[in-house]
Amino acid sequence: MYSMSAYSSALTTNLLSPVTLCFCLGVFARLVRSELSVPKEVYMAISLYLLLALGLKGGMELSESPLSSIIAPASITILLGCLTPISAYIILRRLGRFSVADSAGIAAHYGSVSAVTFIAAQTFIAEVIAQNPALPPVEGYLPTLLALLEIPGIQIALAIGVLNGAGSKGRSTGSLIHEIVTGRTMMLLVGGLIIGSLIGHKNWEVIAPFYDPKGGVFRGMLCIFLLEMGIVAGSRLGDFRKVGIFLALFGVGVPVLHGCIAIMLGHLSGLTVCGSVVLAAMASSASYIAAPPAVRLALPDANPSYYLTLALAITFPFNIVVGIPLYFEIATRYYGLG
Amino acid sequence: MALAKVKLVTIIAESILHDELVAHLSELGASGYTTVESHGQGSEGRHAGELPGENIRIETLVDESVAEKIAARVAEKYFASYSVICFIVDAWVVRPGKYRDKQIGK
Repeated sequence: MYSMSAYSSALTTNLLSPVTLCFCLGVFARLVRSELSVPKEVYMAISLYLLLALGLKGGMELSESPLSSIIAPASITILLGCLTPISAYIILRRLGRFSVADSAGIAAHYGSVSAVTFIAAQTFIAEVIAQNPALPPVEGYLPTLLALLEIPGIQIALAIGVLNGAGSKGRSTGSLIHEIVTGRTMMLLVGGLIIGSLIGHKNWEVIAPFYDPKGGVFRGMLCIFLLEMGIVAGSRLGDFRKVGIFLALFGVGVPVLHGCIAIMLGHLSGLTVCGSVVLAAMASSASYIAAPPAVRLALPDANPSYYLTLALAITFPFNIVVGIPLYFEIATRYYGLG
Repeated sequence: MALAKVKLVTIIAESILHDELVAHLSELGASGYTTVESHGQGSEGRHAGELPGENIRIETLVDESVAEKIAARVAEKYFASYSVICFIVDAWVVRPGKYRDKQIGK
């Protein structure tokens, strides 16, 4: 039986992790107008490394998991991928009275997944499990769920926008689907999953010191990446005024709503408590890599200030700092462990 | 040295539009182009993209008739919804044949 003063302890674990502190350093650097920045090429190279590592490890674990154990979690993940953009759209359109383009554009970001939020959740869970050995180990195939969640989310929100007349003229749906499916996130993640599932345990052992998400190289790279994310988020904090109070609340409330739905569905599908926490982090997150260019092309009248500020300056920091430990707290209670 | 007058068309746009813009240039008869990544801010504020604040500057040397078609196409397709500017200036070149009746990449 798992017991601790769950939230405060989980929050402390999270706040004192090097990853979270590097993120805070990035935000702080921007707030004091420091010249600190991570070169774009370094940022791109690290994001490539992180996604590939995630895919390779996930693929290796996937090849060792019996298919029957994955079917239920995979199904509810696809269901989640369809639900989250629709709920986000309805809230924005009905309660927020936003235009079709803005509602669908923002919904596409919340339907899609932030891979770094996923990685941060996995890192957090690894630390929590290390401190509480009584907790069951987390499923290794979670990166597969990340890929499954990513695909329907953007598409459904863009389809809602286009069907309601907010689409850009003269651009084919085919070219947009091509853009999303062949984007770098999907290429590296799905490519990594396939390679990881083919290479077998021996080959994995050779590259594991470099690619293992539990290893020091991965954590170190993640720190630099989060530093840059902090700088980007910090530089957008001033845009708060542009989005208004409704969207600011949306950027915190909808992640919690989607996180709770994910925990309920995760429990239903037989995921471990920690697996559900990672699923909640995924479902609650908003993409800022795959979604912005796709939305810009498909729904040009959606205001980029809204969706970029929400995804980068509100939802991402919220999830990294307090959201993930919060989902852990909710999940342990829901699973009857807290 | 004999110099001939052509037009230099410059398009500054959100970087996500690059491939589409090049396809338009090719279709309308440009024989080549140069792209540079650039930074800036205009009346519409920040540019959208994978990371904020980036845009591209595409330049092409073409005959006047092609230049007008390019400007018209860019205006029709992009001015309403995207951060794009397009301007045309005179340019004097040594080999005018290089910029006529040829296709990009051919």
